[in-house]
Amino acid sequence: MKTDYTRPLDLKHGHIDMNHGGGGRAMQQLIRELFAKHLGNDLLAQGNDGTVLPAQPGRLVMSTDSHVITPLFFPGGNIGALAVHGTVNDVAVMGATPLWLSAGFILEEGFPLADLERIVQSMAAAAHDAGVQIVTGDTKVVERGKADGVFITTTGVGVLLDGVNLSGAHARPGDAVLISGTIGDHGMAIMSQRENLQFAAPFVSDSAALNGLTAALIASGAELRLMRDPTRGGLAATLNEIAQQSRCGITLMEAAIPIQPAVEGACELLGLDPLNIANEGKLIVVCAAVSAEQTLQTLRAHPLGRNAAHIGSVTDDPHHFVQLQTRFGGRRMVDWLSGEPLPRIC
Amino acid sequence: MKFVDEFRDGALAQGIARAIHAEAKPHRRYAFMEFCGGHTHAIARYGIPDLLPTNVRMIHGPGCPVCVLPIGRIDLAIHLAIKRGVILCTYGDTLRVPASDGLSLLRAKARGGDIRMIYSPEDALRIARDNPGREVVLFAIGFETTTPPTAVALMNAEREDLGNFSVLCCHVLTPAAIAHILDSPEVRNLGLVALDGFIGPAHVSTIIGSQPYEFFAEEYRKPVVIAGFEPLDVMQAILMLVRQVNACRFSVENEFTRAVTREGNRRAQALVVECFELRKHFEWRGLGEVSYSALKIRERFARFDAEARFDLAYQPAPDHKACACGAILRGVKQPIDCTLFGTVCTPDTPMGSCMVSSEGACAAHYTYGRHRSTA
Ligand code: SF4
Repeated sequence: MKTDYTRPLDLKHGHIDMNHGGGGRAMQQLIRELFAKHLGNDLLAQGNDGTVLPAQPGRLVMSTDSHVITPLFFPGGNIGALAVHGTVNDVAVMGATPLWLSAGFILEEGFPLADLERIVQSMAAAAHDAGVQIVTGDTKVVERGKADGVFITTTGVGVLLDGVNLSGAHARPGDAVLISGTIGDHGMAIMSQRENLQFAAPFVSDSAALNGLTAALIASGAELRLMRDPTRGGLAATLNEIAQQSRCGITLMEAAIPIQPAVEGACELLGLDPLNIANEGKLIVVCAAVSAEQTLQTLRAHPLGRNAAHIGSVTDDPHHFVQLQTRFGGRRMVDWLSGEPLPRIC
Repeated sequence: MKFVDEFRDGALAQGIARAIHAEAKPHRRYAFMEFCGGHTHAIARYGIPDLLPTNVRMIHGPGCPVCVLPIGRIDLAIHLAIKRGVILCTYGDTLRVPASDGLSLLRAKARGGDIRMIYSPEDALRIARDNPGREVVLFAIGFETTTPPTAVALMNAEREDLGNFSVLCCHVLTPAAIAHILDSPEVRNLGLVALDGFIGPAHVSTIIGSQPYEFFAEEYRKPVVIAGFEPLDVMQAILMLVRQVNACRFSVENEFTRAVTREGNRRAQALVVECFELRKHFEWRGLGEVSYSALKIRERFARFDAEARFDLAYQPAPDHKACACGAILRGVKQPIDCTLFGTVCTPDTPMGSCMVSSEGACAAHYTYGRHRSTA
């Protein structure tokens, strides 16, 4: 009898079952043959309850984000890459260099192992591209119907060099507001998949790690006030948060805001405002007016910032309103959206 | 895309704005009602009030399909989803409309109602085909634009003999609502509302044509200009209305000739007539009971009529006492006249229907125009 033989996981046709979360051999096997196989690195290989991380110069930045998304796979990415990008970006926009991630998985009983492997593979690729390591993780399995396939929570840790001090509260009247590229791409990619909407060309999510772009901005020496990635709620929500935190107003120039014509057309059709639609690989930068041109050039020199634009400025406004100078010549408010964007009928 | 941009050209808009400024007589006031929520939205979203002289005022009319849906009708839909266990198919912007008992379709969904958002009646038919063991009800709302697709759904259900599909019909008619406003005492006698003309609906008119408005122009001596939903269309229509008022004319003009004819879409009209008949009475939120203002499913399709199939009885339910939606929908008040506006009532916590759809007067002002009233 061969005592040390276990039949390998059937990664082609197998499914998650309750045993995979039970803490026994099945779970060990799942970790070994799927997670460690793709995500493996020296730190993860320590294999203890906690991972010992090497000391770093500077302050630490930590951020966490839970990822739930339907559909799990979409043009331009999947939940795995998204879970890496989202947390890397949250650390990066603080001006920090993201180094390590943790990953917690909640898996639904019956979830295909092949799908899980694709997701873990793209997490590994996204982490590799972003130069971060997944150093600790956890897996739980819940009964069928108690989760939607897979939920992933990632926590990121990064280091912040002395002298870098960015905050949503630092915008000052007169500052310039820039965006690194077109808006609404991720949200429309998801919505068109989810609602089975047929459009001529499929929308592709902009899901990407922004730490290269943010590092270039920090290195440029420009007078930066803050950086943010406008995810859920879109540009409108993020700018309103900044206006509240900094106790100022913001005025945008509609004509300057980059948007793909197809995204704009689809929003038009559905009665949605692209300013409310989510992005996953875009950066808002607020900097001193004197640094605006330099910052724009730094953004445009990076592949993720080719379509960057100077879209508005910070104003003195006791109501902390975000306003839009429309292409049409009028002015309107840009407000938070209440709840999910819902298509309008006519 | 080029197509859309052409109608948003800022330079052209400035040109029309200059013409309006030049031609509007400074000593008189011009009050125009845009009937349709699509226009309300365009006016707010593109900041059109900034381009108009102060004596040209736009009044938001009742043409937002979600805003005029009375609480009692949403209650019926919620009843079907919760008590009768049907799959209720609804358009997205109906989900948040407040109903009785602090509920809305969205909240009813959280309480276990199987409520699904659809984009067209065809989606509801598909859900019915996919769930043969469940009752599937289409919550059909809207003006003349959304009625033909509902008619097609009824026809298809009949052809396929789709035994688990039915329609909760809440379709309403534009001309009846305009007549109701013009007949209201505020407009007719008391002079409470100065109403110098109408911007006629865009999409609705592609179906019904421009002819139905001829009656108002003659009978009530009010000019009507049918306009598209693009901001330039609206500007052009305002200019045309100013010109009619100045010349003491009151005819129906068509700015939207690229889509609207005098007769409208005959095929769509025929479809609607085949499937629906007039209701004697229908309650509108804000306007109350309006005679012959809504449609009901014909006898031939009775088995697809959710009201008959589930033996539903309509129960009117009053709006929040302080909500001024009714007066706003009739043009008597503006959103900021409501004591709840912006405090108790916001798009996150709508008390009245005008705060729900982005086409509603209160939501449009809250979302796009608040900087004007707080300046
Ligand atoms: S603000 Fe709210 S409560 Fe007041 S009229 Fe508008 S919808 Fe009704």
